[in-house]
Amino acid sequence: MNYQLNHLKELESESIFILREVAAQFENPVLMFSGGKDSILMVYLAQKAFYPGKIPFPLLHVDTGHNFPETIEYRDALVEKIGARLIVGSVQEAIDKGMVTEEQGVNASRNGLQTVALLTALEEGKYDAALGGARRDEEKARAKERFFSHRDEFGQWDPKNQRPELWNLFNGKKRYGEHFRVFPISNWTELDVWQYLAMEKVELPSLYYAHEREVFERDGVLLANSPYIEKKPTEVVKKMMVRCRTIGDVTCTGVWASKATTTDQIIEEVATTRMTERGGRTDDKRSETSMEDRKKKGYF
Amino acid sequence: MDYKSSELLRFTTAGSVDDGKSTLIGRMLYDSKSIFQDQMEAIEASSLRRGESEVNLALLTDGLKSEREQGITIDVAYRYFSTPKRKFIIADTPGHIQYTRNMVTGASTANVALVLIDARHGVVEQTRRHAIIASLLQIPHLVVCINKMDLVEYSEEVYENIKEEFEKFASKLEVKDVHFIPMSALNGDNVVDRSENMSWYGGSTLMYYLENVHIGSDHNIIDCRFPVQTVIRPQTDEFHDYRGYAGRVAGGSFKKGDKVMALPSGFTSTIKKIDSFDGEMTEAYPPQSVTILLEDQIDISRGDMIVRVNNVPKVEQDIDVMVCWFHERPLALRGKYALMHTTQDARCVIKDVKYKLDINSLHRNLEDKNIEMNDIARVTIRSTKPLFVDSYRKNRITGSVIFIDEGTNETVGAGMII
Repeated sequence: MNYQLNHLKELESESIFILREVAAQFENPVLMFSGGKDSILMVYLAQKAFYPGKIPFPLLHVDTGHNFPETIEYRDALVEKIGARLIVGSVQEAIDKGMVTEEQGVNASRNGLQTVALLTALEEGKYDAALGGARRDEEKARAKERFFSHRDEFGQWDPKNQRPELWNLFNGKKRYGEHFRVFPISNWTELDVWQYLAMEKVELPSLYYAHEREVFERDGVLLANSPYIEKKPTEVVKKMMVRCRTIGDVTCTGVWASKATTTDQIIEEVATTRMTERGGRTDDKRSETSMEDRKKKGYF
Repeated sequence: MDYKSSELLRFTTAGSVDDGKSTLIGRMLYDSKSIFQDQMEAIEASSLRRGESEVNLALLTDGLKSEREQGITIDVAYRYFSTPKRKFIIADTPGHIQYTRNMVTGASTANVALVLIDARHGVVEQTRRHAIIASLLQIPHLVVCINKMDLVEYSEEVYENIKEEFEKFASKLEVKDVHFIPMSALNGDNVVDRSENMSWYGGSTLMYYLENVHIGSDHNIIDCRFPVQTVIRPQTDEFHDYRGYAGRVAGGSFKKGDKVMALPSGFTSTIKKIDSFDGEMTEAYPPQSVTILLEDQIDISRGDMIVRVNNVPKVEQDIDVMVCWFHERPLALRGKYALMHTTQDARCVIKDVKYKLDINSLHRNLEDKNIEMNDIARVTIRSTKPLFVDSYRKNRITGSVIFIDEGTNETVGAGMII
């Protein structure tokens, strides 16, 4: 008998352990669902963690209103299939209520506005733990993130004063009004996610596979042509074979020229690529510490 | 690349600014093609802005604004890379600020510890400190990287002297598996590629070692321990009477039909089924997350432990612990703290401080009972309820605890049960 798991099964087991800890330690958790591959993986792992029971917490989608239609179709089908409860936090509503002001101009994005809609949804639902699919390999500020990340009553992150995490003991103790962000797939890399989804034959939104789409180039990044993005006069729309490596708001998600139409081809592409997946995220490029700055305020 | 047979290895590195640790990590990431073009461009630009003449690889891991401002690593940084054989998680811990707290944190889950020695300086105080922490935390494998061999003319004699000095000191420690590698991280000698400058060295390169060291026995697979995390009761028509105990195997191997006992109740039963989303399993071993079903309806909930009838852990309230203190507020003798052990929550009182350990010399100071941040001490605690414990030496999962301040909820200390 060989008592050695492969690395994907070991990562899976670690994530399931974290998900079960959240169900046991918190009264009212919620799973943040963006429709991207990482949150799809999270839902899949949560199904495994509580099988044959249902996932014991709802899914929360913070909707910027500027989605790829494929994301919403996939989301609704998934929710129906697994019998989960879906809560939608709306950025449009936050704008309408005057809680936030919409950015103007060619670089306008609702990405930053998500924080307000997210914190409002967390407060309204009185959620004490918000599960997210962030990974440490994604971005340098996320590399310092804990599995159990404490947030004060304003939803803020204090990176210099984090609780040390040892062995598999996760301290989720908090005062009333505070909450936790929990990241069960912290130790996964982009390649791990793809290898695992291939191994488990998990179905993903069509956006992740190469397809023909109208795109234009801005600052070296390809963006999908969409009524939500104002184009500069010099920016020319052309048709190309592309796919998404991450999925966020249409306005800040770059697409990549790709011919990969199957998961195995994607794995090969990811294994040989020389750019990080967030290399196409214009929201990260606003400054050197833009992720940390947003995270401190409560961004996911 | 057959990723389905690739294993996961966690290792920790510790060192100060000058011993070439960043260069070594950078070298491993670079040579395994784990640094991406846009990351490289971003740190090149940052290094240039800072007026540094070379690309500063530390900027890859020092992601926080205050770290970049001060040019120091504040926190444990996790880095990832993989080769066709294994996926690696590096817990990179800073050598200067809060070194004990960070090293202990990084070491708690590691299979391998890398200790760096500058060949020009040999075994110094910091080397001893790193090795002692690796030993206290029972990291199964220790690799002593004798670095900067290029600066001592790749001398075998220098290498042998350092090796001998380290071995003499390490004989006082509890490290089972020590390995020495002479290298130059800067030039890449014996990191990924074999050195042409040290033909006298017949051992493996660091990467070869990390890819091949046997980690299958790092978990305890003898003593069966299953701390229950939560109970799964779907209460649907299909699974009406389903009552499954969800958890992660902390030790030993569980099979269907095994006679088991539940702690603290002491009731015995038989394993009816080991269940998972992927179907019934014939056997479960560490670190698998599974669901166990028993033949009999007995009262089991979170914090309880399922064990084998003929092999039970100690059930105790008075426990001796090596504690590493993490907080600015010193440990309070006779103070009360919340405690987490496996999936159990309890409270405890610090009854006695037996001695403080000097982590540079292993000297036991029986007089100094003032335990401050980054100190390590042997203490006796009494918990409000019995804990099901093994010695840390026997099992790192059932042998570890954390202490939590009841006022602020901060994690203030980590303990290894003796």
